[in-house]
Amino acid sequence: MAGYVEMRALALGAAILVWGGQALGFEPVSGYEFLDESTRAMQDDEFENPGMVTVDEGRDLFNERRPDEEASCASCHGEDGEKLDPAVIARYPIYDEHLGGLATLQDRVSYCWENRLDRFPLPYDDPQLVALETFVRNKARGEPVNVQTDGPMSPLIEKGRQLYSTRFGQLDMSCYHCHVQHQGQMLRGQKLSQGQANGFPEYRLGTGRITSLHHRFGECFRSFRADPFEPGSEEYRLLELFVMQRGNGLPIETPAVRF
Amino acid sequence: MRTLLTLLVLISVTATTAQELPPLPSDYCHWKADHLAIDEALCGLKGNPARGRALAIDPHGGNCIACHHLPVPEESFHGTIGPPLDKVASRYTEGQLRLRVVDEQQVNPFTIMPGFYRDPRLANRVADAYWGKTFLTAQQVEDIVAWLVTLK
Repeated sequence: MAGYVEMRALALGAAILVWGGQALGFEPVSGYEFLDESTRAMQDDEFENPGMVTVDEGRDLFNERRPDEEASCASCHGEDGEKLDPAVIARYPIYDEHLGGLATLQDRVSYCWENRLDRFPLPYDDPQLVALETFVRNKARGEPVNVQTDGPMSPLIEKGRQLYSTRFGQLDMSCYHCHVQHQGQMLRGQKLSQGQANGFPEYRLGTGRITSLHHRFGECFRSFRADPFEPGSEEYRLLELFVMQRGNGLPIETPAVRF
Repeated sequence: MRTLLTLLVLISVTATTAQELPPLPSDYCHWKADHLAIDEALCGLKGNPARGRALAIDPHGGNCIACHHLPVPEESFHGTIGPPLDKVASRYTEGQLRLRVVDEQQVNPFTIMPGFYRDPRLANRVADAYWGKTFLTAQQVEDIVAWLVTLK
């Protein structure tokens, strides 16, 4: 039995070395690098990229002024969102006391929808919010992700990291297992990526749908037979923060094309 | 009176939110690992290697092929997450193989490999459809082990 305990201690030591090493020398790699040539070409061509339909839907919503309304998003931010600053978009999720602490880009859009346009609030991941988020994030295409990691964000990132490495579901797996420990290896015909979020909301060839980050989290949870959290939940916000800051420096690709 | 009411409310809230452990399935075969092996067949069942081979490549069965290279030439796209299982029986005994299928976390606490016959009460936030259930049945585990021991 002593041998068993020693082996467990050895395995623990090895895992700490691996985790530490990856934290020190970690180079983020976009899911784009894991794609074949034709899928990359589809993403890069704005007429071929099926996600651009959602960008256009978002632009329409951005300019929509309902009969009794005085303003649209475009009234402040420009018809094509030209007054939005890509460098600011690249900082989401942000820490903003006014928005109640940790706030995603969708939270920010939702805030304007409810308070500036005085509309009935929409639930998180409502297709209209996802379309607006896709349109706005697309304005920052190519801008490097630049999420704050110090100050009030630091303890939140730590919470996100804990969720990221918590085992869930009947398969008893964590995000960490696929996207850190085994990234680059083959799960049957599919190469495991780093699970970077710089292309969200993204167009998925498998489902033919634009997919928000929180929806994607739900798909992962269901794949390991876990009970998913709700889109917009505290857990998914913390995961979004951890995943986004892990990709700091990667160019925003919204709408990315993925499988 | 108010304090009492608050207490009652608190107690009922705690009672309803506390995570209830599912009961073990009535047919769950208890097993015990010794020296990193389970030498006894689960419930004394006898495995069938042909069924085990079919389960190993079945995406709705054991799906070993998702992560491992298997000596199954007619299938393409074998996974590379775990070690290849070619000649695995020359490296491990039957009992060692059984423990690795049943609960690999006993061997490596950091493994990605699901415990196919792990105590289901140890899993976290399981979807309702799988709550309190093992991934494979004891018979399926024995079928897979019976196939693995032929891989010499």
